[in-house]
Amino acid sequence: MRYIRPLSIEDAVGQLARSAGTAAILAGGSDLLVRMKGGFVEPDLIVDIKSIAGLSEIRETADGFSIGAAVPCAVLGENAGLKKAWPGVVEAAKLIGSKQVQGRCTITGNLCNASPAADSVPALVAAGARAVIAGPSGKRTIAVEAVPTGPGKTSLAKGEIIEAILLDKRSPRSGDAYLRFIPRTEMDIAVVSAGVNLTIDEHGVVTAARVALGAAAPTVLLVEEAAEALVGRKLDEAALERLAKVCAGACRPIDDKRGTIEFRRKVAGVLARRAATTAYARAGGK
Amino acid sequence: MAGIAVSTTINGDTIEYLCQPDETLLDVLRDRLGLTGAKEGCGTGDCGACSIILDNRLVCSCLVLGAEAEGRRIETVEGMAHGDQLHTLQQKFLEHAALQCGICTPGFLIAAKDLLAKNPDPTEEEIRFGLAGNLCRCTGYDKIVRAVQDAAIVMKGA
Repeated sequence: MRYIRPLSIEDAVGQLARSAGTAAILAGGSDLLVRMKGGFVEPDLIVDIKSIAGLSEIRETADGFSIGAAVPCAVLGENAGLKKAWPGVVEAAKLIGSKQVQGRCTITGNLCNASPAADSVPALVAAGARAVIAGPSGKRTIAVEAVPTGPGKTSLAKGEIIEAILLDKRSPRSGDAYLRFIPRTEMDIAVVSAGVNLTIDEHGVVTAARVALGAAAPTVLLVEEAAEALVGRKLDEAALERLAKVCAGACRPIDDKRGTIEFRRKVAGVLARRAATTAYARAGGK
Repeated sequence: MAGIAVSTTINGDTIEYLCQPDETLLDVLRDRLGLTGAKEGCGTGDCGACSIILDNRLVCSCLVLGAEAEGRRIETVEGMAHGDQLHTLQQKFLEHAALQCGICTPGFLIAAKDLLAKNPDPTEEEIRFGLAGNLCRCTGYDKIVRAVQDAAIVMKGA
């Protein structure tokens, strides 16, 4: 096993692309080190990306926010501008693990670990976040929902590294929210979860919406019909009822000791409703 | 195997060591440097017994590679007391009998130190949430929370 700490993204990409055997990217390590400890993975090469310039920064640009791949979730919660613009994304990121884990874990790692129950991912999908990927043939930017392809699997090719997550500049009268169900108050993994992001006009009518569900299918679900249930109307009881029904119907959950299919379906609808209500209030809707 | 040469700062002292690429910082602290305050409970970031402060962030040292500590600043429980003078938190843990078997205690002390450094006047709820990453199977947590509350009062007055 080799451990390297490249100083540039080009060097990191080159080392990964040239590596024979298994290679792993290390940012916070809160998934990687657990998998190594459990014997599930034994990388021949570990590429620590924390010394690459810019990867440990949150940048606020004219277009929005760029969150470097090595930024720990704790830092997201300390960024006032990001919290104000994207409170749903930040509250989702802050739900991952304990304070100790918060000091290490990253949203990019959460995305690339590709767990269907990843807390930050539905919020990012609802927010329309994009991933900037550096690779042997240059850079590309894709929607975050195109990254996970199944439990533990991503669409990233050999040599590719996500260097940042992009969030758009906030349009006026917009809000987002994320909620998950766990059987306790802290330190658990979502049984099912929902992220909602919406924009309203001056009359409180929803003009744009994105609804995403977590732990409800092999990958995060972007539920387009759920957005259709909201757009063009105020967030009244009928719209919320329709939203809940569509979300429950869109789920393709598993049945396990943490929740039955029936339970997950019902709770997905309830959480989507509640998240939509919070997002609507954050957008200034009454 | 020679290993990776690392130079880091632990409790204010510059420390150099060699480690293997897959060796955790927890193993380096305990097995190479003799700093056995941080404990291995789960080894997977769930119990907090191995908590340390790394560049002002509370982390589980079992989830950090020894090689990652290059150029960083580490605080462990061994750095809390000054000679025979216990840190206020340590004193209050004793007074409130906030420990039984003691395995979790160094992790709780470090987590509480980090908590009070960032929030000198926490509510009981903030203490309970702030220490949720540390598991104790003996005390039922109540005495730990009381000890931290009492320490916060003393430290604010200091």
